[in-house]
Amino acid sequence: MSMPYYVAPEQMMKDRADFARKGIARGKSLVALQYSEGIAIIAENPSNTLRKSSEIYDRIAFAGVGKYNEFDSLRVLGVRSADLKGYQFSREDVDARSLANQYAQIIGQTFTHEVKPLEVEILVAELGVTPAGDQLFHIMYDGTVIDEKPFIVIGGDTDTIKTKVAAAFKDNLSLQEVCNLARAALSSDERKLHASDLEVTLLQRNGSRRCFKRLAEDSLAALLN
Amino acid sequence: MKFPVFPIDQDPGSNFGELLKRVGLSPFADYANVSQLDIPHATTCVAVRCAGGVVMAGDRRATSGNLISHRTMEKVVQADDFSGVAIAGAAGPAMEMVKLFQLQIEHYEKVEGQPLSLEGKANQLSMFVRNNLPAAMQGLMVVPIFAGYDAHVEQGRLWDYDATGGRYEETDFVATGSGQLHASTVLRVSWRRDISVGEAIELVSRALWEASDADSATGGPDVLRGIYPVVASITKDGFSRVPDSDLASIYSVITTGVQQR
Repeated sequence: MSMPYYVAPEQMMKDRADFARKGIARGKSLVALQYSEGIAIIAENPSNTLRKSSEIYDRIAFAGVGKYNEFDSLRVLGVRSADLKGYQFSREDVDARSLANQYAQIIGQTFTHEVKPLEVEILVAELGVTPAGDQLFHIMYDGTVIDEKPFIVIGGDTDTIKTKVAAAFKDNLSLQEVCNLARAALSSDERKLHASDLEVTLLQRNGSRRCFKRLAEDSLAALLN
Repeated sequence: MKFPVFPIDQDPGSNFGELLKRVGLSPFADYANVSQLDIPHATTCVAVRCAGGVVMAGDRRATSGNLISHRTMEKVVQADDFSGVAIAGAAGPAMEMVKLFQLQIEHYEKVEGQPLSLEGKANQLSMFVRNNLPAAMQGLMVVPIFAGYDAHVEQGRLWDYDATGGRYEETDFVATGSGQLHASTVLRVSWRRDISVGEAIELVSRALWEASDADSATGGPDVLRGIYPVVASITKDGFSRVPDSDLASIYSVITTGVQQR
Protein backbone atom coordinates (compact mmCIF):
# COMPACT_ATOMS: atom_id res chain seq x y z
CA MET A 1 0.00 0.00 0.00
CA SER A 2 1.37 3.35 -0.95
CA MET A 3 1.23 6.22 1.50
CA PRO A 4 0.24 9.64 0.17
CA TYR A 5 2.78 12.34 0.86
CA TYR A 6 1.73 15.03 3.27
CA VAL A 7 2.00 18.52 1.85
CA ALA A 8 1.21 21.43 4.16
CA PRO A 9 -1.71 23.51 2.86
CA GLU A 10 0.45 26.65 3.07
CA GLN A 11 3.02 25.04 0.84
CA MET A 12 0.39 23.81 -1.61
CA MET A 13 -1.17 27.25 -1.96
CA LYS A 14 2.22 28.87 -2.31
CA ASP A 15 3.23 26.44 -5.05
CA ARG A 16 0.02 27.09 -6.93
CA ALA A 17 0.35 30.85 -6.54
CA ASP A 18 3.95 30.72 -7.77
CA PHE A 19 2.89 28.64 -10.73
CA ALA A 20 0.07 31.05 -11.67
CA ARG A 21 2.25 34.11 -11.17
CA LYS A 22 4.98 32.68 -13.38
CA GLY A 23 2.47 31.97 -16.13
CA ILE A 24 1.06 35.48 -15.94
CA ALA A 25 4.50 37.09 -15.88
CA ARG A 26 5.36 35.43 -19.19
CA GLY A 27 2.65 37.53 -20.91
CA LYS A 28 2.43 41.26 -21.46
CA SER A 29 0.77 43.74 -19.11
CA LEU A 30 -2.11 46.12 -19.53
CA VAL A 31 -3.30 49.39 -18.01
CA ALA A 32 -6.84 50.66 -17.54
CA LEU A 33 -7.34 54.30 -16.60
CA GLN A 34 -10.03 56.90 -16.31
CA TYR A 35 -9.77 59.74 -18.80
CA SER A 36 -11.87 62.77 -19.72
CA GLU A 37 -14.47 60.84 -21.74
CA GLY A 38 -14.58 57.55 -19.85
CA ILE A 39 -12.26 54.58 -19.35
CA ALA A 40 -9.35 53.55 -21.57
CA ILE A 41 -7.88 50.04 -21.57
CA ILE A 42 -4.42 49.97 -23.11
CA ALA A 43 -2.58 46.69 -23.53
CA GLU A 44 0.68 45.64 -25.02
CA ASN A 45 -0.48 43.17 -27.65
CA PRO A 46 1.36 42.59 -30.91
CA SER A 47 -1.53 40.52 -32.29
CA ASN A 48 -4.23 42.30 -34.21
CA THR A 49 -6.67 39.40 -34.02
CA LEU A 50 -6.26 37.74 -30.62
CA ARG A 51 -7.71 40.43 -28.41
CA LYS A 52 -7.04 41.06 -24.75
CA SER A 53 -9.84 43.50 -24.07
CA SER A 54 -13.36 43.34 -25.41
CA GLU A 55 -17.00 44.20 -24.91
CA ILE A 56 -19.18 42.38 -22.39
CA TYR A 57 -22.25 44.59 -22.29
CA ASP A 58 -23.48 48.12 -22.96
CA ARG A 59 -21.24 49.77 -20.35
CA ILE A 60 -19.00 46.87 -19.34
CA ALA A 61 -15.64 45.85 -20.76
CA PHE A 62 -13.41 42.89 -20.04
CA ALA A 63 -9.64 42.54 -20.25
CA GLY A 64 -7.36 39.67 -19.43
CA VAL A 65 -3.66 38.90 -19.25
CA GLY A 66 -1.88 35.58 -19.05
CA LYS A 67 -2.93 32.48 -20.94
CA TYR A 68 -5.09 33.47 -23.91
CA ASN A 69 -7.36 30.43 -24.08
CA GLU A 70 -8.14 30.68 -20.38
CA PHE A 71 -9.09 34.35 -20.26
CA ASP A 72 -10.94 34.09 -23.57
CA SER A 73 -13.24 31.39 -22.22
CA LEU A 74 -13.81 33.58 -19.15
CA ARG A 75 -14.72 36.43 -21.51
CA VAL A 76 -17.32 34.29 -23.31
CA LEU A 77 -18.78 33.23 -19.95
CA GLY A 78 -19.13 36.91 -19.03
CA VAL A 79 -20.90 37.77 -22.31
CA ARG A 80 -23.31 34.87 -21.83
CA SER A 81 -24.03 35.69 -18.24
CA ALA A 82 -24.59 39.38 -19.02
CA ASP A 83 -26.83 38.72 -22.05
CA LEU A 84 -28.90 36.19 -20.12
CA LYS A 85 -29.34 38.57 -17.22
CA GLY A 86 -30.32 41.43 -19.53
CA TYR A 87 -32.83 39.19 -21.33
CA GLN A 88 -34.33 37.84 -18.15
CA PHE A 89 -34.52 41.15 -16.31
CA SER A 90 -33.56 44.48 -17.85
CA ARG A 91 -30.48 45.95 -19.47
CA GLU A 92 -29.84 48.26 -16.53
CA ASP A 93 -29.70 45.29 -14.13
CA VAL A 94 -26.46 44.05 -15.66
CA ASP A 95 -23.57 45.30 -13.53
CA ALA A 96 -19.84 44.82 -13.27
CA ARG A 97 -19.78 44.09 -9.55
CA SER A 98 -21.89 40.97 -9.86
CA LEU A 99 -19.84 39.85 -12.89
CA ALA A 100 -16.61 40.42 -10.96
CA ASN A 101 -17.95 38.29 -8.10
CA GLN A 102 -18.90 35.48 -10.47
CA TYR A 103 -15.43 35.61 -12.01
CA ALA A 104 -13.87 35.56 -8.55
CA GLN A 105 -15.95 32.48 -7.70
CA ILE A 106 -14.91 30.52 -10.73
CA ILE A 107 -11.24 31.55 -10.62
CA GLY A 108 -11.03 30.94 -6.84
CA GLN A 109 -12.73 27.57 -7.20
CA THR A 110 -10.27 26.51 -9.89
CA PHE A 111 -7.34 27.76 -7.81
CA THR A 112 -8.14 25.57 -4.82
CA HIS A 113 -9.88 22.55 -6.34
CA GLU A 114 -8.48 21.89 -9.78
CA VAL A 115 -5.19 20.30 -10.74
CA LYS A 116 -3.94 23.51 -12.33
CA PRO A 117 -4.86 27.06 -11.33
CA LEU A 118 -5.83 29.51 -14.09
CA GLU A 119 -2.82 31.51 -15.24
CA VAL A 120 -4.81 34.69 -15.71
CA GLU A 121 -5.61 38.02 -14.16
CA ILE A 122 -8.63 39.88 -15.38
CA LEU A 123 -10.18 43.28 -15.29
CA VAL A 124 -13.88 44.11 -15.38
CA ALA A 125 -14.62 47.78 -16.01
CA GLU A 126 -17.96 49.51 -15.87
CA LEU A 127 -18.60 53.00 -17.11
CA GLY A 128 -20.77 55.03 -14.74
CA VAL A 129 -23.14 57.81 -15.73
CA THR A 130 -20.61 60.20 -14.17
CA PRO A 131 -16.87 59.58 -13.58
CA ALA A 132 -17.66 59.00 -9.89
CA GLY A 133 -19.72 55.98 -10.90
CA ASP A 134 -16.92 54.30 -12.86
CA GLN A 135 -15.83 50.93 -11.50
CA LEU A 136 -12.63 48.99 -12.14
CA PHE A 137 -12.38 45.47 -10.69
CA HIS A 138 -9.15 43.55 -10.67
CA ILE A 139 -9.53 39.78 -10.22
CA MET A 140 -6.35 37.86 -9.40
CA TYR A 141 -5.40 34.28 -10.25
CA ASP A 142 -6.58 33.05 -6.82
CA GLY A 143 -9.96 34.77 -6.95
CA THR A 144 -9.04 37.84 -4.93
CA VAL A 145 -11.09 40.85 -6.06
CA ILE A 146 -9.81 44.38 -5.67
CA ASP A 147 -11.56 47.53 -6.82
CA GLU A 148 -9.12 50.22 -7.78
CA LYS A 149 -9.47 53.72 -9.14
CA PRO A 150 -8.48 55.79 -11.05
CA PHE A 151 -6.22 53.22 -12.73
CA ILE A 152 -5.33 49.53 -12.67
CA VAL A 153 -2.26 47.71 -13.92
CA ILE A 154 -2.49 43.95 -14.41
CA GLY A 155 0.04 41.46 -15.70
CA GLY A 156 3.65 40.61 -15.04
CA ASP A 157 5.90 43.43 -13.93
CA THR A 158 3.17 45.61 -12.48
CA ASP A 159 5.20 47.46 -9.85
CA THR A 160 7.44 49.28 -12.31
CA ILE A 161 4.51 50.12 -14.57
CA LYS A 162 2.35 51.24 -11.65
CA THR A 163 5.05 53.62 -10.43
CA LYS A 164 5.37 55.14 -13.90
CA VAL A 165 1.59 55.54 -14.32
CA ALA A 166 1.15 56.98 -10.82
CA ALA A 167 3.88 59.57 -11.47
CA ALA A 168 2.21 60.91 -14.62
CA PHE A 169 -1.50 60.35 -13.94
CA LYS A 170 -3.87 63.28 -13.45
CA ASP A 171 -7.65 63.53 -13.52
CA ASN A 172 -9.32 64.44 -16.80
CA LEU A 173 -6.49 63.59 -19.16
CA SER A 174 -7.42 63.61 -22.83
CA LEU A 175 -7.43 60.43 -24.92
CA GLN A 176 -4.16 61.47 -26.53
CA GLU A 177 -2.56 62.09 -23.13
CA VAL A 178 -3.63 58.73 -21.63
CA CYS A 179 -2.49 56.83 -24.73
CA ASN A 180 0.95 58.42 -24.55
CA LEU A 181 1.11 57.95 -20.79
CA ALA A 182 0.26 54.26 -21.06
CA ARG A 183 2.64 53.76 -23.96
CA ALA A 184 5.47 55.26 -21.93
CA ALA A 185 4.55 53.16 -18.89
CA LEU A 186 4.35 49.90 -20.83
CA SER A 187 7.55 50.56 -22.79
CA SER A 188 10.87 49.61 -21.28
CA ASP A 189 14.21 51.39 -21.65
CA GLU A 190 15.32 48.88 -24.28
CA ARG A 191 12.09 48.73 -26.21
CA LYS A 192 9.78 51.58 -27.13
CA LEU A 193 6.28 50.45 -28.10
CA HIS A 194 4.54 51.64 -31.27
CA ALA A 195 0.92 51.75 -32.35
CA SER A 196 1.20 48.27 -33.84
CA ASP A 197 2.28 46.85 -30.45
CA LEU A 198 -0.69 48.30 -28.59
CA GLU A 199 -4.35 47.45 -28.29
CA VAL A 200 -6.58 50.31 -27.16
CA THR A 201 -10.25 49.93 -26.29
CA LEU A 202 -12.49 52.54 -24.74
CA LEU A 203 -15.70 52.85 -22.78
CA GLN A 204 -16.91 56.26 -23.88
CA ARG A 205 -19.46 58.38 -22.06
CA ASN A 206 -21.08 59.58 -25.28
CA GLY A 207 -24.77 58.91 -24.70
CA SER A 208 -25.07 55.90 -26.98
CA ARG A 209 -26.26 52.54 -25.62
CA ARG A 210 -23.15 50.54 -26.46
CA CYS A 211 -20.24 52.54 -25.07
CA PHE A 212 -17.48 50.13 -26.06
CA LYS A 213 -15.15 51.17 -28.86
CA ARG A 214 -11.98 49.68 -30.30
CA LEU A 215 -9.44 52.23 -31.51
CA ALA A 216 -8.09 51.41 -34.96
CA GLU A 217 -4.33 51.20 -35.36
CA ASP A 218 -4.08 54.23 -37.65
CA SER A 219 -6.11 56.45 -35.33
CA LEU A 220 -3.90 55.32 -32.45
CA ALA A 221 -0.78 56.06 -34.49
CA ALA A 222 -2.09 59.59 -35.07
CA LEU A 223 -2.45 60.09 -31.31
CA LEU A 224 0.98 58.85 -30.26
CA ASN A 225 3.79 61.39 -30.37
CA MET B 1 -26.89 34.54 -11.11
CA LYS B 2 -24.55 31.64 -11.79
CA PHE B 3 -22.10 31.45 -14.65
CA PRO B 4 -23.52 29.36 -17.50
CA VAL B 5 -20.74 26.75 -17.80
CA PHE B 6 -21.20 23.81 -20.20
CA PRO B 7 -19.25 20.68 -21.09
CA ILE B 8 -17.45 21.08 -24.41
CA ASP B 9 -19.90 18.89 -26.36
CA GLN B 10 -22.87 20.91 -25.10
CA ASP B 11 -21.44 24.37 -25.54
CA PRO B 12 -23.91 26.64 -27.35
CA GLY B 13 -21.14 28.67 -29.04
CA SER B 14 -22.37 32.06 -30.20
CA ASN B 15 -26.02 30.99 -30.53
CA PHE B 16 -28.12 32.91 -28.01
CA GLY B 17 -31.28 30.85 -28.68
CA GLU B 18 -29.43 27.62 -27.91
CA LEU B 19 -27.98 29.21 -24.78
CA LEU B 20 -31.51 30.06 -23.60
CA LYS B 21 -32.59 26.45 -24.19
CA ARG B 22 -29.62 25.10 -22.22
CA VAL B 23 -30.45 27.24 -19.19
CA GLY B 24 -34.16 26.42 -19.41
CA LEU B 25 -35.39 29.78 -20.69
CA SER B 26 -36.53 28.58 -24.11
CA PRO B 27 -38.63 31.30 -25.66
CA PHE B 28 -40.23 28.90 -28.14
CA ALA B 29 -42.76 27.38 -25.78
CA ASP B 30 -45.73 25.38 -27.01
CA TYR B 31 -48.81 27.52 -26.96
CA ALA B 32 -52.16 26.06 -26.03
CA ASN B 33 -54.94 26.58 -28.52
CA VAL B 34 -55.21 30.32 -28.40
CA SER B 35 -56.98 30.93 -31.69
CA GLN B 36 -60.17 31.82 -29.82
CA LEU B 37 -58.45 34.55 -27.82
CA ASP B 38 -58.51 38.12 -29.06
CA ILE B 39 -54.80 38.75 -29.16
CA PRO B 40 -53.46 42.09 -30.40
CA HIS B 41 -52.35 41.88 -34.00
CA ALA B 42 -50.03 44.27 -35.74
CA THR B 43 -50.60 45.03 -39.40
CA THR B 44 -49.11 46.72 -42.46
CA CYS B 45 -45.37 47.05 -43.03
CA VAL B 46 -43.48 47.84 -46.23
CA ALA B 47 -39.86 48.10 -47.35
CA VAL B 48 -38.44 49.41 -50.63
CA ARG B 49 -34.99 49.43 -52.09
CA CYS B 50 -33.69 52.80 -53.22
CA ALA B 51 -30.46 54.40 -54.40
CA GLY B 52 -27.89 53.77 -51.65
CA GLY B 53 -30.05 51.78 -49.27
CA VAL B 54 -33.53 50.78 -48.18
CA VAL B 55 -36.51 52.52 -46.60
CA MET B 56 -38.85 50.68 -44.22
CA ALA B 57 -42.20 51.76 -42.82
CA GLY B 58 -44.95 50.39 -40.63
CA ASP B 59 -48.24 51.77 -39.32
CA ARG B 60 -48.82 52.11 -35.56
CA ARG B 61 -52.12 50.32 -34.98
CA ALA B 62 -52.60 47.02 -33.14
CA THR B 63 -56.05 45.45 -33.22
CA SER B 64 -57.84 42.78 -31.18
CA GLY B 65 -60.69 41.61 -33.35
CA ASN B 66 -62.61 44.75 -34.30
CA LEU B 67 -61.15 46.84 -31.47
CA ILE B 68 -58.08 49.04 -31.59
CA SER B 69 -55.88 47.82 -28.76
CA HIS B 70 -52.85 50.04 -29.24
CA ARG B 71 -52.26 53.22 -31.21
CA THR B 72 -48.53 53.63 -30.86
CA MET B 73 -47.03 50.23 -31.65
CA GLU B 74 -43.61 50.37 -33.24
CA LYS B 75 -43.49 47.66 -35.88
CA VAL B 76 -40.31 48.84 -37.54
CA VAL B 77 -37.43 48.21 -35.19
CA GLN B 78 -33.72 48.75 -35.54
CA ALA B 79 -31.97 45.37 -35.45
CA ASP B 80 -28.43 46.78 -35.38
CA ASP B 81 -26.53 49.70 -36.93
CA PHE B 82 -27.21 48.66 -40.52
CA SER B 83 -30.42 46.66 -40.48
CA GLY B 84 -34.01 46.75 -39.34
CA VAL B 85 -36.97 44.40 -38.91
CA ALA B 86 -40.61 45.13 -39.59
CA ILE B 87 -43.21 42.78 -38.19
CA ALA B 88 -46.83 41.92 -38.88
CA GLY B 89 -48.79 39.33 -36.94
CA ALA B 90 -49.56 38.50 -33.31
CA ALA B 91 -48.01 41.34 -31.30
CA GLY B 92 -46.74 39.32 -28.30
CA PRO B 93 -44.72 36.68 -30.15
CA ALA B 94 -43.64 39.28 -32.73
CA MET B 95 -42.15 41.59 -30.10
CA GLU B 96 -40.46 38.65 -28.40
CA MET B 97 -39.04 37.53 -31.73
CA VAL B 98 -37.61 40.97 -32.46
CA LYS B 99 -36.09 41.22 -28.98
CA LEU B 100 -34.46 37.81 -29.39
CA PHE B 101 -33.26 38.67 -32.85
CA GLN B 102 -31.60 41.89 -31.66
CA LEU B 103 -29.98 40.01 -28.80
CA GLN B 104 -28.80 37.20 -31.08
CA ILE B 105 -27.07 39.66 -33.43
CA GLU B 106 -25.35 41.46 -30.57
CA HIS B 107 -24.49 38.22 -28.75
CA TYR B 108 -22.90 36.76 -31.86
CA GLU B 109 -20.89 39.92 -32.46
CA LYS B 110 -19.56 39.94 -28.89
CA VAL B 111 -18.74 36.24 -28.64
CA GLU B 112 -17.20 35.96 -32.11
CA GLY B 113 -15.53 39.37 -32.10
CA GLN B 114 -17.04 40.39 -35.45
CA PRO B 115 -20.55 41.10 -36.70
CA LEU B 116 -22.72 38.66 -38.67
CA SER B 117 -23.04 39.35 -42.40
CA LEU B 118 -26.37 40.76 -43.60
CA GLU B 119 -27.18 37.45 -45.27
CA GLY B 120 -26.35 35.64 -42.00
CA LYS B 121 -28.77 37.88 -40.11
CA ALA B 122 -31.53 37.23 -42.65
CA ASN B 123 -30.93 33.50 -42.30
CA GLN B 124 -31.00 33.72 -38.52
CA LEU B 125 -34.37 35.48 -38.59
CA SER B 126 -35.70 32.74 -40.85
CA MET B 127 -34.85 30.18 -38.16
CA PHE B 128 -36.71 32.23 -35.56
CA VAL B 129 -39.80 32.35 -37.80
CA ARG B 130 -39.57 28.60 -38.39
CA ASN B 131 -39.29 27.94 -34.65
CA ASN B 132 -42.49 29.90 -34.23
CA LEU B 133 -44.37 27.57 -36.61
CA PRO B 134 -46.17 25.56 -33.88
CA ALA B 135 -47.47 28.84 -32.46
CA ALA B 136 -48.40 30.04 -35.98
CA MET B 137 -50.50 26.89 -36.39
CA GLN B 138 -52.39 27.98 -33.27
CA GLY B 139 -53.10 31.37 -34.74
CA LEU B 140 -50.03 33.28 -33.51
CA MET B 141 -48.57 33.98 -36.91
CA VAL B 142 -45.54 36.29 -37.17
CA VAL B 143 -44.38 37.46 -40.60
CA PRO B 144 -41.41 39.82 -40.62
CA ILE B 145 -39.57 41.80 -43.27
CA PHE B 146 -35.83 42.16 -42.87
CA ALA B 147 -33.89 44.92 -44.63
CA GLY B 148 -30.48 46.44 -44.34
CA TYR B 149 -27.47 47.99 -45.99
CA ASP B 150 -24.94 45.43 -47.14
CA ALA B 151 -21.48 46.99 -46.93
CA HIS B 152 -19.97 44.22 -49.09
CA VAL B 153 -22.08 44.95 -52.16
CA GLU B 154 -22.67 48.61 -51.17
CA GLN B 155 -26.42 48.53 -51.59
CA GLY B 156 -29.65 47.92 -49.71
CA ARG B 157 -31.12 44.41 -49.58
CA LEU B 158 -34.46 43.16 -48.38
CA TRP B 159 -36.12 39.86 -47.51
CA ASP B 160 -39.62 38.71 -46.74
CA TYR B 161 -40.66 35.52 -44.98
CA ASP B 162 -43.55 33.14 -44.79
CA ALA B 163 -44.85 31.44 -41.64
CA THR B 164 -42.72 28.34 -42.23
CA GLY B 165 -39.51 30.35 -42.18
CA GLY B 166 -39.28 30.50 -45.98
CA ARG B 167 -36.93 33.35 -46.84
CA TYR B 168 -37.24 35.26 -50.09
CA GLU B 169 -34.90 38.01 -51.14
CA GLU B 170 -36.71 40.77 -53.02
CA THR B 171 -34.97 43.10 -55.41
CA ASP B 172 -37.51 45.94 -55.48
CA PHE B 173 -40.04 46.25 -52.67
CA VAL B 174 -42.11 44.16 -50.29
CA ALA B 175 -45.24 44.56 -48.17
CA THR B 176 -46.65 42.40 -45.40
CA GLY B 177 -49.71 42.31 -43.12
CA SER B 178 -53.42 42.86 -43.60
CA GLY B 179 -53.00 45.98 -45.76
CA GLN B 180 -50.34 44.27 -47.87
CA LEU B 181 -52.37 44.20 -51.07
CA HIS B 182 -53.19 47.92 -51.14
CA ALA B 183 -49.74 49.00 -50.02
CA SER B 184 -47.94 46.84 -52.56
CA THR B 185 -50.17 48.10 -55.38
CA VAL B 186 -49.05 51.66 -54.64
CA LEU B 187 -45.42 50.54 -54.56
CA ARG B 188 -45.83 48.54 -57.77
CA VAL B 189 -47.21 51.56 -59.65
CA SER B 190 -44.66 54.15 -58.53
CA TRP B 191 -41.44 52.32 -57.72
CA ARG B 192 -38.44 52.99 -59.98
CA ARG B 193 -34.98 51.45 -59.87
CA ASP B 194 -33.23 54.81 -59.27
CA ILE B 195 -35.63 56.20 -56.66
CA SER B 196 -33.84 58.40 -54.09
CA VAL B 197 -34.08 57.97 -50.32
CA GLY B 198 -36.29 61.05 -50.02
CA GLU B 199 -38.63 59.85 -52.78
CA ALA B 200 -38.76 56.39 -51.22
CA ILE B 201 -39.81 57.93 -47.88
CA GLU B 202 -42.67 59.73 -49.64
CA LEU B 203 -43.61 56.55 -51.52
CA VAL B 204 -43.86 54.34 -48.43
CA SER B 205 -45.85 57.05 -46.63
CA ARG B 206 -48.32 57.07 -49.51
CA ALA B 207 -48.47 53.25 -49.59
CA LEU B 208 -49.38 53.18 -45.89
CA TRP B 209 -51.96 55.92 -46.43
CA GLU B 210 -53.75 53.90 -49.12
CA ALA B 211 -53.55 50.74 -46.98
CA SER B 212 -55.06 52.53 -43.98
CA ASP B 213 -57.73 54.05 -46.22
CA ALA B 214 -58.96 50.62 -47.32
CA ASP B 215 -58.01 48.33 -44.42
CA SER B 216 -59.57 48.89 -40.98
CA ALA B 217 -56.72 47.10 -39.18
CA THR B 218 -54.10 49.53 -40.53
CA GLY B 219 -53.74 52.87 -38.79
CA GLY B 220 -53.38 56.08 -40.79
CA PRO B 221 -51.60 59.26 -39.70
CA ASP B 222 -53.27 60.48 -36.50
CA VAL B 223 -52.96 64.27 -36.77
CA LEU B 224 -55.10 64.81 -33.68
CA ARG B 225 -52.69 62.92 -31.42
CA GLY B 226 -49.58 63.57 -33.51
CA ILE B 227 -49.01 59.83 -34.18
CA TYR B 228 -47.35 59.03 -37.51
CA PRO B 229 -46.11 55.75 -38.98
CA VAL B 230 -42.58 54.66 -38.19
CA VAL B 231 -40.45 55.33 -41.28
CA ALA B 232 -36.72 54.64 -41.32
CA SER B 233 -33.96 54.72 -43.90
CA ILE B 234 -30.90 52.48 -43.78
CA THR B 235 -27.91 53.63 -45.82
CA LYS B 236 -24.15 53.51 -45.51
CA ASP B 237 -24.54 56.06 -42.70
CA GLY B 238 -26.64 53.60 -40.71
CA PHE B 239 -30.21 53.31 -39.48
CA SER B 240 -32.03 56.61 -39.23
CA ARG B 241 -35.62 57.17 -38.24
CA VAL B 242 -37.52 59.90 -40.10
CA PRO B 243 -38.68 62.53 -37.56
CA ASP B 244 -42.43 63.04 -37.05
CA SER B 245 -42.16 66.65 -38.21
CA ASP B 246 -41.02 65.48 -41.68
CA LEU B 247 -43.80 62.91 -41.82
CA ALA B 248 -46.34 65.56 -40.79
CA SER B 249 -45.45 67.67 -43.83
CA ILE B 250 -45.41 64.63 -46.15
CA TYR B 251 -48.89 63.64 -44.95
CA SER B 252 -50.25 67.16 -45.24
CA VAL B 253 -49.27 67.06 -48.94
CA ILE B 254 -50.92 63.63 -49.34
CA THR B 255 -54.16 64.69 -47.62
CA THR B 256 -54.32 67.90 -49.68
CA GLY B 257 -53.96 65.76 -52.81
CA VAL B 258 -56.78 63.49 -51.62
CA GLN B 259 -59.04 66.52 -51.00
CA GLN B 260 -58.52 67.69 -54.57
CA ARG B 261 -59.34 64.32 -56.12
